[in-house]
Amino acid sequence: MRIENPETTVGPFDVAKVRSDFPVLAQHVYGKPLVYLDNAATSQKPKVVIDTLSEYYSTYNANIHRGVHYLSQKASQAFDDVRLKVKIFIGAESEQEIIFTRGTTEAINLVAATWGRTNLSKGDVVLVTTMEHHSNIVPWQLVCAERGAEVVPIPMDDRGVLDINAFEVLLTDRVKLVSVVHTSNSLGTINPVKHIIEKAHLKNIPVLVDAAQTVVHQQINVCEWDCDFLVFSGHKMLAPTGVGVLYGKSALLNNMPPYQGGGDMISSVSFSGTTYNELPYKFEAGTPSIADVIALGSAIDYLNAMDRTAAAAWELELMRISSAKLAAIEHIRLIGTAPEKSSVVSFIVDGVNAMDLGMFLDTLGIAVRTGHHCTEPVMQRLGIPGTVRASFMFYNTEEEVDRLIDGVKKGIQLLRG
Amino acid sequence: MKDIATLEKEIIDDFSLFDEWTEKYQYIIELGQKLKPLEDKYKTDDRKIKGCQSSVWLHAYTKDGLIYFDADSDSTFVKGEIALLINVLSGQKADDIVAAELGFIDAIGLRQHVAVTRANGLAAMIKQMKLYALGFQSQAV
Repeated sequence: MRIENPETTVGPFDVAKVRSDFPVLAQHVYGKPLVYLDNAATSQKPKVVIDTLSEYYSTYNANIHRGVHYLSQKASQAFDDVRLKVKIFIGAESEQEIIFTRGTTEAINLVAATWGRTNLSKGDVVLVTTMEHHSNIVPWQLVCAERGAEVVPIPMDDRGVLDINAFEVLLTDRVKLVSVVHTSNSLGTINPVKHIIEKAHLKNIPVLVDAAQTVVHQQINVCEWDCDFLVFSGHKMLAPTGVGVLYGKSALLNNMPPYQGGGDMISSVSFSGTTYNELPYKFEAGTPSIADVIALGSAIDYLNAMDRTAAAAWELELMRISSAKLAAIEHIRLIGTAPEKSSVVSFIVDGVNAMDLGMFLDTLGIAVRTGHHCTEPVMQRLGIPGTVRASFMFYNTEEEVDRLIDGVKKGIQLLRG
Repeated sequence: MKDIATLEKEIIDDFSLFDEWTEKYQYIIELGQKLKPLEDKYKTDDRKIKGCQSSVWLHAYTKDGLIYFDADSDSTFVKGEIALLINVLSGQKADDIVAAELGFIDAIGLRQHVAVTRANGLAAMIKQMKLYALGFQSQAV
């Protein structure tokens, strides 16, 4: 299937071709072709990423940065190459600024535990948004409780649009860090991080950007944004679980104490005192997820080889089509209708429990997510218990949207009795 | 009153009519839609079961030495699961409830669909029903 998109100037996007790169998508669930619409939870993996994992374990598995032997050198080289790929992928200035973590959550916890513990004191504020994932709330609550500081959310309106005027009012001298999500996982809202960073920097306040839901869908550049920290996970961008990235400006990272102690992060160890390794190794204690990092490199190569503009346009098209078709169904209310949105469609159905509908769709082979999506404050703000969420990736098709719509209609009929 | 084993056997027989998960799901939904609603006065926080994506309230009482359960949820599917559990456990002796192994949950293929996710509170519901029975048991002693 080739899709022509007359509204944009991008070329046609060949969905059938990219789909064939993802082995998991070809299967049947309960005898029906799988429709995978839970991409915001985790993306599927192209064969090249799976092959990279397999090749690593089959042919050059070894611990890195220590061994003098052939396998260790090959593994170390492959591992270190990925740091360069990530640096280019996000437009960082130096490889030293790329820290490998287990994922977004660990990256935020690292900043909270090191930068936070060093820089926050009584009365200080960490400014977040109402639409943060719990992983960009709880690490700050932990460190703030310890330091006598406070986590304050920037409010949003009923559509899920951030209140920028309120942000500017909240940006007082007490604020020591702004930590904001770029793309909301439950609403799809894309926040104006460049504007937020500009305003915060006028007051010399650093900004952390949670780009977990962004990096697979759009090209970003940390220098253009001028963010101080940026975090994302591999598994949401076609790479394996267990690997993520913390980008930080080297001036900040250099002044932060280590996070965990152990191997690779030290320069020299003795009982009279230990000195730490330089960046980025200072923050990478212990044997990292070597295979997963190398496979992250393959995921980046895969994305770079794609027409990413066409892919992004196709994802937005799927979001627009499904939003329009869902909104036309009686009893449905879309949740998250910001003008700037990613390929996430959240909705609730009057008189139907979200989990019941999610389970019904599952019986048809359609995978969606239900519940609060680890963003309970969003649900509290909107006064709803949770939503049904369909999230699209470039490998999804218009036929899959139709299967979703048909399933939702049938589910509503059954569940409303 | 039939014993627990007989009641479990009846449920297994009912479900043996269905081949596909989608049919079983729809049958459980039907059971949920038919479940007698719990009176609002019993929908209190202390009757709420933790560990479910949806809200579940469980009310237990004794009559003539037997234990009875009423329950409700905002999820129709969970109400269907409750209907199955109530069918088997409500009106039984405390000792039998505590000892019940509830093999029917595996036998009808329900466990493979719900027990592994945190979303569904089936395990939490069973635990709470057994805790009530244990409580009544110790009071009786």
